[in-house]
Amino acid sequence: MQDLTTSYKNDSPNSGVTSQPPPSGAGGLYVLHLADTTLILAQRNSEWCAHGPILEQDIAITNISLDLLGQARNFYQHAATLIGNNATEDSLAYLRTERDFKNLLITELPNGDWAQTILRQFFFSVYQSLLYSQLLQSKDAQLAAIAEKSLKEITYHIKWSSEWVIRLGDGTEESNKRINKAIDYLWMYTGEFFIAAAYEETDLALLKRTWLSKIQEVFEEAGLDIPGETFMQQGGKTGNHTEHLGYILAEMQSLQRTYPGAEW
Amino acid sequence: MNNTEQNTDNTDIKKIWLLLESVCDPEVPVLTILDLGIVRDVKITDGQVEVIITPTYSGCPAMDAISIDIRLKLIEHGYKNIKITSILSPAWTTDWMSENGKRKLKEYGIAPPAYRTDRIGFTDIIICPQCHSDNTKLLSQFGSTACKALYQCNDCKEPFDYFKCH
Repeated sequence: MQDLTTSYKNDSPNSGVTSQPPPSGAGGLYVLHLADTTLILAQRNSEWCAHGPILEQDIAITNISLDLLGQARNFYQHAATLIGNNATEDSLAYLRTERDFKNLLITELPNGDWAQTILRQFFFSVYQSLLYSQLLQSKDAQLAAIAEKSLKEITYHIKWSSEWVIRLGDGTEESNKRINKAIDYLWMYTGEFFIAAAYEETDLALLKRTWLSKIQEVFEEAGLDIPGETFMQQGGKTGNHTEHLGYILAEMQSLQRTYPGAEW
Repeated sequence: MNNTEQNTDNTDIKKIWLLLESVCDPEVPVLTILDLGIVRDVKITDGQVEVIITPTYSGCPAMDAISIDIRLKLIEHGYKNIKITSILSPAWTTDWMSENGKRKLKEYGIAPPAYRTDRIGFTDIIICPQCHSDNTKLLSQFGSTACKALYQCNDCKEPFDYFKCH
């Protein structure tokens, strides 16, 4: 698998395309990683429902949550067809345990205050936009279709979250303090975006440069600084999670665990 | 397939398109699913009717209801073997909304998607569906459903929904 990663680096800088389609097992795992990541962030953002700072922003963050959930469903449905064995979108979301989940660590972290939620969404949406732009070229036509569909939604998420980052950074002393605290907390979880798991298909080195420059652009306008080199957390992509994921799954899966097969 | 069967299928396909004209969006009931442009194709293969639809937004909760409504409408008119297929590509765009649909939206009190060719920017001029003023402001890019943004008219002061360009 390491060879596979190296071979991307020899491709032209704009190429995120593999020369061979991935084996279906790896393909399934990769699609699951994309599904889990969007599902867990959808679940986290939905915790703001009825708790947003004002009504319009409550509606905004829950709309983003709904978009992410829709994306997750598309990925799970596709993963189910790749995995086979009677897997369904519901069995994949509700009946797997922590170690099976391959979501990015940053998505499972608690919401914290509004600044922390906004900043995570901003970091993630910019990454998601760049990643999915590469997936448009995937040999897996359904993966490319899901990416194409999602990108239109992500454009709104970036616009909304970047405006908030600027407003908080360039706002009051209190808002500036809060967004800086969020940067201190979240930054070490952004490294994982660019550390490839064995099943990944995209050119993460190219992604990292573009991601950093986009973050830099918005931070400059917000009067914020990008932290220096620091230790980066990782593990989510391979199923090694923070303690937070267990609590999310316990809540999200409790109904299906208690009443297997329940429908309404 | 002989010519007679082919002709019957073509007649049926025309009939089905007419039936779909009476299936409405559950969240914006003034629009039919044809006005919205979410029906991409109708096919008949070996007696099975296939209606191909595409979602407006990935998480649009109306899609399940729309699938059921299409099925019920066709059953009501004697079709038994029905398949509803959802496709994602090409991704739905408001460019597929009919002119008639845009007119109906406006009459309903929702500003229709404003024509644009550039990337998403909210500098488009959105006309107030109540007093037709162009002096309006964005309150939130996200509204009561995934497809709408919230605006307010600076002249008549009415807040209103805007069906976002997508």
